[in-house]
Amino acid sequence: MALAEICKISNAPYMRRTAWDLSDVEEDLKAHTSNLANPYTLAAPPFENPMHNLNLIQANADKTGIKIDFDHGTTTLGFKYKGGVILAVDSRATGGQYIGSQTMKKIVEINQFLLGTLAGGAADCVYWDRVLSKECRLHELRNKERISVAAASKIMANIAHEYKGMGLSMGMMLAGYDKRGPGLYYVDSEGSRTPGNLFSVGSGSLFAYGVLDSGYHWDLEDDVAQELGRRAIYHATFRDAYSGGIIRVYHMTPTGWIKISETDCMELHYKYEEQKAQAAAAAQ
Amino acid sequence: MSNLGFQQFPEYQVPGVQQADFSPYESNGGSIVAIAGDDFVVIAADTRLSSGYNIHSRDQSKLFKLSDQTVLGSTGCWADTLSLTGLLKVRMQGYEHTHLRTMATDAVAQMLSITMYNRRFFPYYVSNILAGIDKDGKGVVYSYDPIGHCERAFYRAGGTAGTLLQPVLDNQIGHKNINLSSSELPKLTIERAVAIASDTFISAAERDIYTGDSVLINIITKDGIEEKKLQLRLD
Repeated sequence: MALAEICKISNAPYMRRTAWDLSDVEEDLKAHTSNLANPYTLAAPPFENPMHNLNLIQANADKTGIKIDFDHGTTTLGFKYKGGVILAVDSRATGGQYIGSQTMKKIVEINQFLLGTLAGGAADCVYWDRVLSKECRLHELRNKERISVAAASKIMANIAHEYKGMGLSMGMMLAGYDKRGPGLYYVDSEGSRTPGNLFSVGSGSLFAYGVLDSGYHWDLEDDVAQELGRRAIYHATFRDAYSGGIIRVYHMTPTGWIKISETDCMELHYKYEEQKAQAAAAAQ
Repeated sequence: MSNLGFQQFPEYQVPGVQQADFSPYESNGGSIVAIAGDDFVVIAADTRLSSGYNIHSRDQSKLFKLSDQTVLGSTGCWADTLSLTGLLKVRMQGYEHTHLRTMATDAVAQMLSITMYNRRFFPYYVSNILAGIDKDGKGVVYSYDPIGHCERAFYRAGGTAGTLLQPVLDNQIGHKNINLSSSELPKLTIERAVAIASDTFISAAERDIYTGDSVLINIITKDGIEEKKLQLRLD
């Protein structure tokens, strides 16, 4: 056993003489499901630099046939205007080249006054949005008032910062309504957090920005604002292969969020085509 | 990689020596299909377990009965499947002892998602599809990505032939690109769901080397789970 002492492995579980007892089993279970009790304690990988090592496995996928393709998004957008905040998103989830889902929910309803959009790694966004919703509820119970969008986004940014460099992939907008009025923040996995009037996130964001910038201004009417968001996402689904499916539009008002519409982008395509044809006929 | 790696000891380095890549995973193959109806859900998985071009077993069930109302289909790295399902079984048992009732399907779905996310930085290499009856007595299917992103659906295919099978389900169950009015569409009965699931596997066995031997089909209704077996190609 002297060698084991020197190598500092005499306390290791595999050096013990007795078989596993109940406390070992309990410890093992706790270690493997630690985040059920505390969502912040994820299992540590048995290697350094998980981002680098997981990318290495991915890079060797052709040789080994082992592909760990997480679901990814996305085109999402959000803007503030006089009537509140509009959020519009597509619903396509891609794992590598494969379309894993055409019906994914990319707007997470955190509570009645807080919505989150998700772009990047779907599991990352959904998991941490769930943690955020717990923290927001706790804030309400502790302080007898709803959490501000600024504070909620700060919690998210803190989480992102804690895991910076570990390979999380998130690009989210948090939209809400609090005593300061409509709120819209952009938070991402690099740890940045910015308030703003207009954002678009994801692979199709450039296309959405093009439409959005040409039609956006503060004093839009509600229906015009909703249609602007919908149209911007439609154009992104048309040009970006990683976006598509159903276009969902949510509206954050002073009394909470409302789901405005869920429309298949193919349906919108033919609708807009017809509008174009009619406009062309009228112009002649 | 580790702080005791040979990079730290340059004098021991021999020219021409290459360090092996870190490869903790293996793909053992297999496919799963799940189809949910109004008051039932059908989940099927093949029974071939392979590694590279070798077949380890022709009779390995990939369906894990978690309760009388919930079955999990799991393929990918078989070692990860075993450790994950073992963990789930213990958690289910613990829940039953503390709350004196069986975990509902949607609760299992959420737990599975969180359990998988726990290994965010060293993921389980598995393709999971969970089938069960929900609180309202309706059939549901949940599908997962490797780090626990969970989506509720009505039909889903996964595993090595998942990309082969899903379009067939989209057409036959989702009625995508079928020009029939809703009254003309065939009703989704247990018999039809089982027939379509069986057909997709027969097709997959023709083209996917990791899918074959036989299919185990579980039909879950409020009364329990009925098991069926279908023979596939053995080549």
